[in-house]
Amino acid sequence: MAPTVALAGNPNAGKTTLFNELTGSRQHVGNYPGVTVEKKEGTYVRDGFRLHIVDLPGTYSLTAYSLEEVVARDFLVNQKPEVVINIVDASNLDRNLYLAVQFLEMGIPICIALNMIDVAKKRGIKVNAEKLSSLLGVPVIPTVARTGKGKKELMDNAFQIIHEHQQLNPLKISYGADIDPVLVEMEKEIAQNHFLTDIYRARWIALKYMENDEQILTLGRKTDADLSGRLEDQVNKVSRHLQNTLETYPEAVIADQRYGYINSIMKQGVVHHKYDRNRLYSSDRIDKVLTNRFLGPLIMLAVIAGLYHFTFTYSKLPVGWLESFFGWLASTLSTVMPEGLLQSLIVSGIIDGVGGVLGFVPLIMFMFFGIAILEDSGYLARVAFMLDRIFRLFGLHGSSVMAFIVSGGIAGGCAVPGVMATRTLKSPRERLATLLTVPFMNCGAKLPVFALLIATFFAKYEAVIMFLITLGAWGGALLVAKLLRITVIKGAATPFVMELPPYRMPTFKGLAIHTWERTWQYIKKAGTVILGLSIVLWAMMTFPGLPDSTVAEFAKLRQDEMSRVPAGIVAQLEASHEDTALSDPARNLKERLQRIDAAEAEAGLRYSIAGRMGSALEAVSKWAGFDWRTNIALVGGFAAKEVVVSTLGTAYSLGAVDPEETDSLSATLARDPAWSPLMAVGLIVFTMFYSPCFVSVICISRESGSWKWGVFAMAFNTVLAFALAVFIFQIGSILGLLVK
Amino acid sequence: MRINLRNMLDNQVGTIASIKVSGELGRRIRDMGLVPGIEIKIQGRAPLYDPVAVRVRGATLTLRNNEADYIEVEVE
Repeated sequence: MAPTVALAGNPNAGKTTLFNELTGSRQHVGNYPGVTVEKKEGTYVRDGFRLHIVDLPGTYSLTAYSLEEVVARDFLVNQKPEVVINIVDASNLDRNLYLAVQFLEMGIPICIALNMIDVAKKRGIKVNAEKLSSLLGVPVIPTVARTGKGKKELMDNAFQIIHEHQQLNPLKISYGADIDPVLVEMEKEIAQNHFLTDIYRARWIALKYMENDEQILTLGRKTDADLSGRLEDQVNKVSRHLQNTLETYPEAVIADQRYGYINSIMKQGVVHHKYDRNRLYSSDRIDKVLTNRFLGPLIMLAVIAGLYHFTFTYSKLPVGWLESFFGWLASTLSTVMPEGLLQSLIVSGIIDGVGGVLGFVPLIMFMFFGIAILEDSGYLARVAFMLDRIFRLFGLHGSSVMAFIVSGGIAGGCAVPGVMATRTLKSPRERLATLLTVPFMNCGAKLPVFALLIATFFAKYEAVIMFLITLGAWGGALLVAKLLRITVIKGAATPFVMELPPYRMPTFKGLAIHTWERTWQYIKKAGTVILGLSIVLWAMMTFPGLPDSTVAEFAKLRQDEMSRVPAGIVAQLEASHEDTALSDPARNLKERLQRIDAAEAEAGLRYSIAGRMGSALEAVSKWAGFDWRTNIALVGGFAAKEVVVSTLGTAYSLGAVDPEETDSLSATLARDPAWSPLMAVGLIVFTMFYSPCFVSVICISRESGSWKWGVFAMAFNTVLAFALAVFIFQIGSILGLLVK
Repeated sequence: MRINLRNMLDNQVGTIASIKVSGELGRRIRDMGLVPGIEIKIQGRAPLYDPVAVRVRGATLTLRNNEADYIEVEVE
């Protein structure tokens, strides 16, 4: 097997750029087992020699504070990479070395890439790499990952470490007079008892006990509760002493001493600053405008509108191509294949289902490309910075906004890319609350449903009602997020402390890789499950078929119609093609036959499992004024919200209605005594809030790492939506509002 | 004079005197390079005056006001 090289470093230090530079297209993305943290792996080839490169998640420390840190640390301990390349930002050296010091404390062989040396130079920062290397005892190579400068020398050093099987003595820092002697004692006890020493070094275990590291404590208690208790007692004694004398605690002292150690290195002529460190650079001058109290929000609105426009306008063309392709495929197969169940399964089940999933692909690509630009340039962090105050009120995070906008915060988005956009959120609880509430936004598929109901009952107030619907979606989503954050996703806000990285020009290579890997994941993971589910939904609306006697009755009705006219007219109709001009009697006959077909389709739908569910649900749904037809349509809407309109059409014997042309359906609904403006309002609210479509449900399950949350979204949203619809219908009925 | 980071003015410079929080937040603050003895400068505030952007070690960090409350700064 090829030796493993792990890339580690702070976020924004250029880790991913270096990874792309080393591996090119020989990379793939997966997940670390059991968690949703992305794992990027690739291969570096030189002179026929291969290295397996793993890009660890970006972290500031190895304290097991976040999921990323736990994942990175576990990988280093369990997989034991031959060498770790630690990428540090040369213009921000002291803070970046905090992580490097922790690698050295663990005794992991590292090789430091002193990255962005060009940026540092521009900022008047001179770093003496040789001096740093000799002080730390590890190779330090200046690099510029964006241009590939220093790559060869860096890899030369990595190869050397691998070939010579270099071992590193763990770095021993003094953590002060209070901690050092206790640490020595603990180390001795750990070594004597071989306590976890098969995995970690004794001193490091002692250090982690001192730092109150939850992961190691849990493991320790499980391994040897007795010894673990003794170690904890020792730590507690030091803790009490530090608290009484210095009002501090061991973990803080250790961190301070690490920085102290770094400081002592820096002072030995490693770094030379030409200017004041905290002076402002061009990036900060841009920030003066982009985060300005008045201009900032305006520019942000423009940028968000721009992203939205870019995603949903420019993806229209390729989406249209895909739709025409699947339309063509469906109609070709319909003519080539004999009519029957198999044709229905392939055309209505598989092609419609899979086509529905692949139809999202251009949308997702465009959206991820747009977000990658905002992310890689550093603007996304500013958006989070500006909006955090508002979103925090509802238990969310400033970064939540992107997901909401993409999902349809401006009516017409799509929850699928919206759910996937929550990946830019690093706080687990805030992220979960966001991905559970983004489906409340008004996605493009809900719009035909609203358009139909508004055109039927509120034609005069179209603009006002659309505005209210948008407002209602935001209000509902934020309030539900708050509700979730004080109930099922309870917990203190994740610390917001984050970096505003300097603005950078994104590289096209980086954007392309970013976009493609996320899109591919969507196709691969969503595609397989959705194929199965489309078949299930198709079967529910098809089986059981009408009994033979009923089919025979419809056949007889057709025969009767045909026998009522002269044989010549029947022959003319049978010989005709779609666009042949027909004589009046023939056209008349054709229309009457179509009406019978539609009636048969209605009867078939009602007889199917979905139809029976719709009828059975009437007992409950009548509280909101929904009849069986509406129920089936809403069940169908679980496949995709636009199906609500076409299924209503079938249920009203109009044949499948094209969501774009709903005039006849609109007229039918207006006439039907079961429908009233009040019920329409209830139905609009229900459509806004009920279960996300199943593509979204699958994405929610994937992104949250558990099917539990996908099921939760389906059940909770539907109950909530139904309660709202019943409330509206009942109160309205009592007050006599909006009746026909 | 010692004041709370929250009460510092824009562009004001100071040196961190103490950080009075433990647990996840305390760890996060230190991981990002905010430790006693380090010089900071207030770079600006979000449009709603929260969070605050702080210049430290040549980089910009942001903190919510209720997180900044735990940080005491020595100013002139």
